[in-house]
Formats: sequence, C-alpha cells, structure tokens
Amino acid sequence: MNPADIKRWIAAAETAFASAKDLDELKAARLAHLGDKSDISLANRALGSMAADEKASAGKIIGEGKAAITAALQVATAKLEAERDAKVLLEEIVDITLPVNRSHRGGLHPISIIKNEISDFFIEQGYSVEEGPELESGWLNFDALNIPADHPARTMQDTFYIEPVGSGMVLRTQTSPVQIRSMLQHEPPIYMICPGRTFRADELDATHSPVFHQVEGLVVDKGITMAHLKGTLDNFAQAMFGPDVTTRLRPSFFPFTEPSAEVDIFFNGRWIEWGGCGMVNPIVLQTCGIDTEVYSGFAFGMGLERTLMVRHNVTDMHDIVEGDLRFTRQFGVGL
Amino acid sequence: MRAPLSWLREFVDIPANITSEQISDGLIRVGFEVEEIIEAGAGLTGPLKFAKVLSIEEITEFKKPIRYVGLDCGEKETRYVICGATNFTVGDLIVAALPGAVLPGDFHIAARETYGKTSNGMICSSRELGLGDDHSGIMVFAEGDVEIGADAITGLEINDTIFDIAVNPDRGYALSIRGVAREVAGSLNLKYSDPVDALRKIAFSDSGKGVTAKIEDPNSASVFYLRTLSNFDPSAKTPMWMRRRIEKMGMRSISLVVDVTNYVMLELGQPLHAFDKAKISGGLTIKRAGKGQPFTTLDGQVRQLDPDDLMVCDDKQPLALAGTMGGQSSEISESTTDIALEAVRFDPVCVARNSRRHKLSSEASRRLERSVDPSLAEFASARFVQLLTAHSSAVHVATVVAGEPKYAPVIKLDPAFIPKLLGLEVSKDEIARVLRVIGCDVDEKSFTVDPPAWRSDLLTQTDLAEEVARMIGYDKIPSILPPRPKHASLTPTQKRRRAIAAMLAARGLAEVQTFPFTNQETIDQMGFVGDRAATYRIANPMSEEAPLMRVHLVPGLIEVAARNISRGAKDFAIFEMGSIFRSSQKLTPAVSPEIGSRPDAKTIAAIYASVPPQAFHVAGLLVGKTESEDWQGKARSYNWQDAIAYAQDILQLCNLQWTIKRSDFAPWHPGRCAELIVDGKAVAHAGEIHPRIIAKYGLPERSAAFAVGLSALPDSDIVRPLRVGTMPAAVQDVALIVDSSVSAQDVESALRAGAGELLESIALFDRYDKIGDGKISLAFTLTFRASDRTLTGAEVSAMRESAVLAAAKATGAVLRTN
Repeated sequence: MNPADIKRWIAAAETAFASAKDLDELKAARLAHLGDKSDISLANRALGSMAADEKASAGKIIGEGKAAITAALQVATAKLEAERDAKVLLEEIVDITLPVNRSHRGGLHPISIIKNEISDFFIEQGYSVEEGPELESGWLNFDALNIPADHPARTMQDTFYIEPVGSGMVLRTQTSPVQIRSMLQHEPPIYMICPGRTFRADELDATHSPVFHQVEGLVVDKGITMAHLKGTLDNFAQAMFGPDVTTRLRPSFFPFTEPSAEVDIFFNGRWIEWGGCGMVNPIVLQTCGIDTEVYSGFAFGMGLERTLMVRHNVTDMHDIVEGDLRFTRQFGVGL
Repeated sequence: MRAPLSWLREFVDIPANITSEQISDGLIRVGFEVEEIIEAGAGLTGPLKFAKVLSIEEITEFKKPIRYVGLDCGEKETRYVICGATNFTVGDLIVAALPGAVLPGDFHIAARETYGKTSNGMICSSRELGLGDDHSGIMVFAEGDVEIGADAITGLEINDTIFDIAVNPDRGYALSIRGVAREVAGSLNLKYSDPVDALRKIAFSDSGKGVTAKIEDPNSASVFYLRTLSNFDPSAKTPMWMRRRIEKMGMRSISLVVDVTNYVMLELGQPLHAFDKAKISGGLTIKRAGKGQPFTTLDGQVRQLDPDDLMVCDDKQPLALAGTMGGQSSEISESTTDIALEAVRFDPVCVARNSRRHKLSSEASRRLERSVDPSLAEFASARFVQLLTAHSSAVHVATVVAGEPKYAPVIKLDPAFIPKLLGLEVSKDEIARVLRVIGCDVDEKSFTVDPPAWRSDLLTQTDLAEEVARMIGYDKIPSILPPRPKHASLTPTQKRRRAIAAMLAARGLAEVQTFPFTNQETIDQMGFVGDRAATYRIANPMSEEAPLMRVHLVPGLIEVAARNISRGAKDFAIFEMGSIFRSSQKLTPAVSPEIGSRPDAKTIAAIYASVPPQAFHVAGLLVGKTESEDWQGKARSYNWQDAIAYAQDILQLCNLQWTIKRSDFAPWHPGRCAELIVDGKAVAHAGEIHPRIIAKYGLPERSAAFAVGLSALPDSDIVRPLRVGTMPAAVQDVALIVDSSVSAQDVESALRAGAGELLESIALFDRYDKIGDGKISLAFTLTFRASDRTLTGAEVSAMRESAVLAAAKATGAVLRTN
C-alpha cells in the first residue's frame, strides 16, 4: 500500500467534487471516487488478503483517506444543494403587495371607545363604573337632585316623559340618577363614574342629538374639597386632550351642586365648554342619608359626543348617530 | 339679558380705560356667560342730523306714495329729500342721513336724481339705522326731545356696547340692569350705586281714593302694591332716551305707559302691569281662576283658563294671568286717562305653573319664576310713578298695599366652613368683605349673615361659600388630587360586554348605536306579538314616527343596514349593544318623597320597584357576502349558520354551556332559527331573517341575525381545569343513518352519553342528505383517551359500540355500512 497513491486519490476526488456543476455531476464523481469500483474501495477490499501486521497500518491509512474524501463530498454536496434551493425559491417568488385581506373591517363605535377609555382612566384611579336604567324614575332623575317640579331648572332640560305621565317615569335627562342610586346603596367613601346614554327633546342637528351620552363622576369622602375637584378635572382633561390642555372653572348653576361651575378647556387655541361640575349640594347628600357634618363630595359631568367631536374634530353629529360604516370603521377599536 | 354699557355706567363708576373685554371677562369670572358683545352703531357713520319737516310735496304719478320733503337740518338752506314713508307731517322732528353717511349694511348715502327730483339725503327709520326692527315708518320725535341740526349719532346714543348675558336660573336678580351693574362692580372692584337707594326716600301723598288691592292666598303672593294715577294725557310720547334704552334691550317701544313699565322692569327687575282703571270694576284681587273659562291675553290669544291658574281679578272677572301676561279687556289704550299700576311679588311656583300651563314665557314670567326681590314691589312702583308723572300730565292718586314682603332668614356662618369646602385659605375678613360686596349684612362678631333682599337663593352656608368662591375667583382654588381610594375594576358583567364587543369587532362586525325608539308598524312588521310587542309610549316624542320604546335590537340594525345599502354598501356585518324596553310591568303612580332627609327603606324600595327592568342585549346583522370578492375568487354569502355561530361564540366567550333547538321566533325564518338555552332559559336566538322582512327592507336574500340577552346570562363558574392527559389518543369514526327529522344535537348527545367518560371529544365531520327515504347520514369522529394508560383496541371498540348502541336507542340510528 502506497500512501502516495492514497494522497493522489484524495486530491483527484477533491478536484472532481469541487468541479461538479450540479448535483448530478457530483453523483457521478461520488461513484467514481467513493463507489464500489473506486480505487479507495478496491484498496479497502484488498486489505482482507493482507497479513495481520501489515493490515493494521494499511487499514488506518485507507480509513483516513476515505474520511477525507467523504468530507470533501459533504462540502461539495452542501454547496450544490444550497445553490439548487436558492434557484427553486427564486422561481417561487410572488407579488406580496397583492391585496389579500378581504374580510370585513369591523370596529367599535367611537362612543364605545371613548367610554372605555374614560372608564379605564378612572378605574386606574380607583373609581368604580356604575350603571343605571335609561327609563328612570322622575324622583331619581329630578327631585333627589334638588330639581323641584316647578323650578326653572327643570325646564333647562327638555324631558321625554313616559305615559302615563303620572307615573313620573322619564327617559333620564342625565346620568345623575346613577349617582343617587350609588349614594342610596353604598356608604361613603364613594368614588364612581357613570357613563351612559341620556335623552333630551332636542332636534337632531349638527351639534345636538335627542339621544346622547354623558359621563358623570362622583366622589364622597371625608375632607373632600373643591381643590380635589379641580385636581381631578385637570387630570381627566389631560388624559383626554393631552398634557398641554388647561382647564378653567367658571361659576355656574346646577341645583345639585353648590358651588357650581362650568368646565372649559383650552384646546387647539380656544376655550371650549366641556362640562359642568361642583361640590355636591348638601341637600342631595342628606336626601341620600349621608351625614354632611362628616362627608363632602364633588361631582362632574361631560358629554361623550362633545368630547369626541372636540378631540377628533368631528363636525357633524349625524355621522355619530347614523351608523354609516364608513364613519365607524375609521376608528377601529381604539382612537 | 342684555346690558348696554351706557346704562351700566349710570350705576357703576367704570373708568374710561376699562375695555368691554375686561368687563366681559369680569362677568364670566363671577358666573355670567357673555354670549355676545354687540358693538351697536359699528356699521354707521354720519353725518346724521336731527331735522324738522318744513314742507311736504306729495308726488302722485307713481305706484306708491312718494314725498318730496323740505327739511331744516340746522343749515342755512332748506334741504330737500325724497321719502317713501308717510307717517309724519310738517313740523315733525326726524333723523336725516346726509350725503356721505354710511348706514348699516354698507349703504352709502349720496345726492341722487330720483322721481324727477334731486334727493339730498334720506329720512331714516329705526331699522335703517340698525336701532330696532321697527319698520312701520320713519322715526318721529317729540318737540323738546331733540335739537334741530344736532348730531343724531350722539343724540340717539347709537354707539354703545351691549353685553348679551346668559343668566342662570338661580340669579333672577341679574335680569335687571341693577343686578348686572352690581356684578360688574363686584367683579372689577368698582364703585356701585344702587338705584333703589334713591327710591327709598320717595313718598307720594294720596289725593283721592285708589283701587283696592287684596291677596286671597298669602302663599301665592307676599306683597301687592297698587298705585292709582289719573289725569294722564294719552297723547304723551315716550322720551327719546327711554325709547332708545328699551330698543337696546331688544324690546319695542309701544306707548308711554307700557314703555315705563318695561323700562322699570329692565332697570330694577320687577315686572309691573298697568291696567286701564276705567275698565276695572271694583277692586283687584289676586286669586285662582276657580273655574275653566276663556280669557284673552294681550297677545290676542284666547286661552282656556285652568281652575288653578293664578289671576289678578276685579270684582267681576279675571283681568290678568298673574305675573305672566295681562288681559285684553283692561289693556292700556289710546284713550286711557286713569291707570292702576300693579307691582306684586308673586310666588315663583305659581307663575312658573301659569307660564307652563299656557306655554307662555314672557319677560315678566321669566323674572318672577326666578324669584324677584320682595322689596321691589314698593320701589319699582314708586319708580313708575316718578317716571310717568315726570314725562306726562299724570298725577298720583293713591297707593294701596296688601300683604308685606317676606325675606329670607339670616344665616349662621362658621367662617372655617368656607376654606374647608373650597380647599383654599380665606380669612374671616375676606369672607366678610366679599359678602358685603354682594349686598349681605355681616355681623362679624357672631358671623350671622343677612342676605340682601334680592338674593332669595342664599339660604345656607354652602350658598355663601359659592358667593365667596366666585368673587375671589375659582382660579384661585388649587388643583389637588383627592386621596386615592382602594382598588377598583370593571365588574364581571362589564368585562363580559367589552370582551364580546371586542370579539365581534375583531371578526369584522362594526358596532352601531341607534336611537331606542320605534313605532307600532315596525313592531307589527317584525312579527312581534304578546309580551314581546308590548312597550312604553313616550308622551312627547320627537316625532310621531317613533313614539314607542324599542322592544328588540334587530329592527334598528335593519334600519341602519338599509341606510348603508342605500348609500352603496353591499356586504357587511354590524352589531349593537343596548337596552330594550318591553313593558313587563304596568307603571304605577310616581313615588315622590320629600327631599332633605333619606326616605325610609320601604319608600326607596318602592321607587326602585317602580322602574321597570330593562334587558341589555347584543344583536348582530349579517348582510351579503362574508368577505369581499376579489382577484382571489368568489365569496360565499352569510347564512343561518354564521348567525348561530356568532351567538354560540358569545356564549362560549362567557364560558357557558347551552343546548340548542329550533324555534319559530320573530323576526326570524320559522324553519331557520335556533334558540340557545342556558340553565333552562332561552337566552339567544339566531338564524336567517324572515324572508318577508328581508323583502320589505330590501336586504340581500338570506341575511341573518343573532340576538343574545346578555342580562339573562348567568355568571360563569370559576374554571377548575382537568389535568391534561399525555397518553396517546384513540380515534374512531362512526357513520350513522337517521331520519332527517332527528337533530344532530340529539345524536351527538346520545353518542357522548354512550361513549363513557374516556371520550375526550366528538365532532361531526360529515352530513349526507342524498340517501333518500327521508334518511340522512351523520358521521362523527370520536376521540378517546385515558389519563393513565394507552387504551387497548378491545377497550376502544367496546366504547364505540356502546356509543352506537346509545344513539340507536335514543334516535333510531343505524350504523352506515357502505
């Protein structure tokens, strides 16, 4: 056994493998240099007829030679397989810009989205989100809020009455009856908001709708002051309109708060009326059985449509109430 | 409420350097929304002169009357102008715009040839000058009122700043110049003089017998001043300055007597009413109408009185709807010489009811229902006498008074209360100072506060706190977050609703919100009957087209779908979440306990019980194709299966178990509607919409809908999961032949029951209905698994056989062999 022969066979195999242009040529080269009839295989077979002492050293040399040739084959195979794969994938290229999504685009109504957003904001502050019926007792909607039957304040809100009128049932003009329900049902401390649908007999036009939504908030606890009301509103306004918004309280009148105020925001370069607020009128707390010597509270309320219109520059109420999909779908599930 | 700056200046020392914006800002700061600052006379430049009519030449050859008028404008020569109005004669004083003048509307006056003459100017009506909407003719002034040749822009006080102010219902006192002036002074720290101070000293001596005054029920009116005057010359004219002020307030000058009542009301806030004394029989009494009867008010309307209406009556009949509007029968006329002037502090509620019952809101009722200063009945009626006697021949005859003014009680104030409520340090001195600015008497030793007569709204410490806060400025109150309460979260119900909405939205349904109103026709068309059709009626609906509360969400969705289709949409899916209002219970008479203390538990329970339950639903409508058709190919249409799948998805999302059965239920197709039952209660319906409704509303055929009663769903149990088995599963298929009337659910339940506990899942993988003989084939895959071992073939076969046997027993199923 001549080690030089083996070296030559290795070199020949390496050259043949490296020069194979594709996997078919490589297969032919493999048969030639590593097949049963190849020099190295024949040499291996010849080992059987060798004497034992010679056999050991020759076997080692042949084994090493075979390993070297196999290694060269692996390198060449890997290279040519990669080339083949690349070529196939290239042929399978598609136009991935084709429009593929043909499912309908769903989405939440923007009022739902803003309601969720406000609820999340207040929940994070530790407030609960309370609800109440839309067809509501007049006592809860008016009387308990210190709006007596013949007070001009009652005509401030054009109310839908339910037949028979003597039942006192109304479509709630505000979400405030939910505040009364909360105070009648729970002992202070109370930290709650009540978003919901409300009704007033206004004709539908660009800025009014007979059916609209409010969110009101109520806090009743020991030592609650008007400064807390301001702090809460500032925080809320910034959550809704961004960190640069400023608020302004203007003295106003609501029967259920004293002192009362309108909340304005300075947004996009002008003052905009956003909602109403005040310190809960003691008579309202007393009506709910809350000890006004111990507790005080504040309340506020805003229109969700108004908030949406101001923040998103929605210019016509019709878009919000008509259910045209082209409007709603623009919002997706978040604003 | 309007307030001209020129009039405010009479009661407030406003330095010249204070701008109208500063005044407006001040008013806003103390709680008066200034809706508009009107710059009166902004569109007007002179020369505008007072002139005397010297000659009138009637030119008759034209279709309308034309006059060629000679005017003395204080110039050397007579000025001639053409005029189309005829309400003046030679010697009258008028206003002329001379060439070069510009009238509102950019109307340039120049000398021009017209009607064959040269017109060297124009005689003006108040409308042409932008002073009022009176276009009945040109303005004519009384002798002595104006000076010939004088500048009329100054003379008529045309240039003025008028604040248009929104007055809240608790501040009736600010429906007067007196009240607004006080707020201007208070907000800008200026000196204020109360016009009433000068009236306190006036006394009129009686020269005869006056008309008597009586209040029948002291609860309806506290004090009634009745001043009788005589010797009035009805030709007396309203002085120009008074007329101008009335016009600036947005009212019209009518006659001297009426103008003075209005003027005093605008100045002080007390409505007055003047009767023609000759038309009063006997004395005046404030009392209820007593019986229904027709009554003609000043506006010419015949109104049917309610027995409860509060009236001012003479001995025979009602003469005025108290505090609201006078009657025609005793109206001041062009021949009135004797006058009875009424000034009453009516009860606000009585006036509010008068006004509401007759849908008649007048300047008087607006003030009286907001409560008027009780002391004003005296002072305002005195002011009337003072003005009328000064500007006419009228003389005071007698003053009769019934009742007496009632004032609000004093308030005991704890000065520490105000800083505690506001969260702002305010010293005792400052509190006392501010309360005095708004007119309170403050005893600083005991801190008792006597609110002024005009502030009947100041009853409690809290009311005083608002006064202190607004006068100091709400902007001074710091901004602090309240103490943070314990944690909170959405309730399980709220979380469920959100999850359902998010799921539907993510799966291509767009949420809509519709008005919850409907009508009988829609209810009938949908096929709702019985309890499902009964609902509440709105007494005063926006439109007779929708007077009822909705009983279901699907009709609203159909309406929205039809609207979208009419605007070009074809394939879409929408959903809505909201309340429905079936009238499950009869409404009972209102429970209205007094406020101020907590009603007893029984009363509260009765109030809650009086409110009918309002179920909360989610519903969806599936229209057209499930996705858009495009280059990738056709799309299939929505069908009943999709609707049922959505309903089931909702229940699944809530982690509930249900059974299903076919249901003939409006508004669905009677053969293609599924009812889903949870805990024995039908909670959802889904399927294809009834073809009749689809045709009626022009929806695509086979449109489908689902509705789930969310408030009827039970809470889901806490999940206690089974261990996940890791042993291999054994899968077996069975095909069964059953009658086509047998439901898949029944076969599946039987298989499930027969298969035993090791059945992990079961799925229908084929349904074949072409066998004939009224038979169908249902093929199921049964997956078995044991948690502790690999199942043997014998075990699996036994379970499969048991399952088939159970199905055969329950549904007559036979194993399909081919």
